[in-house]
Amino acid sequence: MHQEFLMGNAAIARGAAAAGLNVICGYPGTPSTEVLETCAKNNDGSLYVEWSVNEKAALELGAGAAYCGARSMVTMKQVGLNVASDPLMSLAYIGVKGGMVILVADDPGPISSQTEQDTRTFAAYSKLPCFDPSSVQEAYDMIQDAFAYSEKYHTPVLFRPTTRVCHGYASITVRDKEECLVNQPEGFVKDSSKWVIFPRLSYQAHMDIEARNVGLQRVFSEYSHNVLTSAADASCKKGIASHGISMTYVQEALAGKDAPRLLKIATPFPFPEQLSVEFLRGLDEVLCIEELDPVIERELTYLCGKYHLSVSIRGKLTHDVKNAGENTCASVADNIADFMGWEKPANEAADPLPELPVRPPVLCAGCPHRASFYAVKQAMKGKKAVFCGDIGCYTLGNAMPLDMVDTCLCMGAGVNITQGIGRIEPDTVCFAFVGDSTFFASAITGAVNAVYNQANMTLVILDNSTTAMTGHQPHPGTGRTMMGQIVDKVSIEAVLRGIGVKIVETVDPLNLQAAVDTVKRVAEQPGVKTIIFKSPCAVLIKQGTPSVVNQEACTQCKRCIRQLGCPGIVLHDGKVMIEQSLCNGCGLCAQVCTSKAISGGEN
Amino acid sequence: MQTNILICGVGGQGIVLASKLIAATAMSHNIPVMSAETIGMAQKGGSVFSFLRLGDGLHCPMFPEHSADIIIGFEPAEAVRMLPYLKKGGSMVVNTHPIMPVTAALAGSSYSGKEMIEYLKAHTEHLVLIDADAECRALGSPKVLNMIMLGLAVRQNVIPFTIDDIEASMRAAVKPQFVELNSRALRTEPSAD
Repeated sequence: MHQEFLMGNAAIARGAAAAGLNVICGYPGTPSTEVLETCAKNNDGSLYVEWSVNEKAALELGAGAAYCGARSMVTMKQVGLNVASDPLMSLAYIGVKGGMVILVADDPGPISSQTEQDTRTFAAYSKLPCFDPSSVQEAYDMIQDAFAYSEKYHTPVLFRPTTRVCHGYASITVRDKEECLVNQPEGFVKDSSKWVIFPRLSYQAHMDIEARNVGLQRVFSEYSHNVLTSAADASCKKGIASHGISMTYVQEALAGKDAPRLLKIATPFPFPEQLSVEFLRGLDEVLCIEELDPVIERELTYLCGKYHLSVSIRGKLTHDVKNAGENTCASVADNIADFMGWEKPANEAADPLPELPVRPPVLCAGCPHRASFYAVKQAMKGKKAVFCGDIGCYTLGNAMPLDMVDTCLCMGAGVNITQGIGRIEPDTVCFAFVGDSTFFASAITGAVNAVYNQANMTLVILDNSTTAMTGHQPHPGTGRTMMGQIVDKVSIEAVLRGIGVKIVETVDPLNLQAAVDTVKRVAEQPGVKTIIFKSPCAVLIKQGTPSVVNQEACTQCKRCIRQLGCPGIVLHDGKVMIEQSLCNGCGLCAQVCTSKAISGGEN
Repeated sequence: MQTNILICGVGGQGIVLASKLIAATAMSHNIPVMSAETIGMAQKGGSVFSFLRLGDGLHCPMFPEHSADIIIGFEPAEAVRMLPYLKKGGSMVVNTHPIMPVTAALAGSSYSGKEMIEYLKAHTEHLVLIDADAECRALGSPKVLNMIMLGLAVRQNVIPFTIDDIEASMRAAVKPQFVELNSRALRTEPSAD
């Protein structure tokens, strides 16, 4: 054993490796991405690492490996589990041979997600055991337990840290290399009565799962990370139940005070029933402090009914704790003070802060997406048009002054939403924007749907040759894999032509006039047509020397600022300047300037 | 004994590395350490922060308002935004060079940072200011902003390490050709106005 300073996600990766991991696959998504990246970085060649095309593909691949006795881990963010839910629900019935952990990172807030869904609830729905670590050290320790339980009970298990655990850092105790397990998979053993799902098998599996989960309630009541702590004052009739990072906020709030009885739930499903009843007995009131769904609160309320316990269970359902968003040290201390009847520190009337500049996330200086959106906007000026966006950096095209994202729902939705709008509003010019990684992940089926069903729309592929939003992961269009191989790229144009799209035009969006002309020409054709805006991510490639404003030629009309909203163009003492440290010389502003006052951008 | 440190600024200023060096130094002194920082979409030109805690009995990487022993502000408005986290009598080290957000440029606002500095002067007891961007230019590299800020912060005797301790961690973290430059940056004193 030795100490290391690790990010939560790195601790999960290292813990999985210490448990004898053989295969890891997944799809990038904040806050889960670094788990797989850490595995890839530390790979000595004995581990198979893959960014799969989407979460469903990853989960099925991970299942196949686990059928062979491999220890496999599949990583995704919470909304990724929606994509993978079809194989997940069935796999719960089929089970696995090698340990299989499905790592799903939840995002209370949400900080960078569409929803505040709770994977603990998904665990109960899919009837799969679920582990919920509260710290970086627990994440490292519990991921190893998760593999052991998975293998012992022949079931995939869910592991669901939240953002603050995933992205928190701590100095933790980790195993030395010789202390790590090595797993030798037995290989696939054919048995159609086991690996082929049929209604008869599912009936029996359902019976078995329910029996197993009742047993696990008892097993988890003994699990070392589910912890019941006695009150400092034995006469105290109050208790607090919590989980995950919120549990650490509870401990923080109780430091130096007479703490009431505490229950920490590390396995929200199956719920540790016997331990929880022991916690409840003799109490009058319990406060549940949770993020996302009131899972513990509902379970404790249910147990009070089942065991005829007269305990008042409070939390989100009783409006004692807010129903949405993240908890904080401060919010939890406040909830606890209210519950315990403790005096709160008087809020000293602080002077109000001066008006602070807001810093919403924006497309980077030199981002080719800005040029693509601007070209379509110029081409469609005066026309009735709708612009359906998708998930990725380019969702930021919604910000002023571009204002080019009218809808955004979930991965790959834009291409289908624009078809729906077109059916109701045939006089609207319909556009769908999708990035290259999202195209491969889940927009190809939408494109087939549009072609076959005779939609009238323009599909715009924003091809920056990477998965930029989550930190530049490779995808089928990039030509490299996480095993370090250089491979043939899957051509977006060939895919589109293969499914029957007749018009596929590729243009560099940073060549503004050519881009605008292309959009005008293509959009007026009938049927499904596509434009591929091809230009690499500005973070990866420097286009040219930074641009500069010739102050003598500049009329200070600020057209560049008002049209483009590039963070590289700023006002200093009322004068338009280009921030040299940000500009990558994309040259778009020079093409927008009507006074020819901007130069630079030469390669 | 716990030390709570808050580093704040704008995405791209090198806050994460500054935080990592303090953590690495704590590790080499066998002091438990936890941290939490902004990652993901919010990084793109947004406000970023790193909470850092050193000492025994730590539960979570974040700490509540009025708890920071020191705030290291890489940008004036971001320092003001995080001021509520400073504990009474805590120290503050702030870069006076402002970064104007694109929204301010669009609205025609001329945020200069000066109003933020005035506010900080009126509301903190131990404030140290530095035009770290000017010092970067003097050193010949915009990339050493974080080392300038970190070095100045360490010299306030709040963080339980010396510049030499931090430098040892820096040597292990940066490429050999940048060690000398970063070493000078760590020892930069604010120029007199």
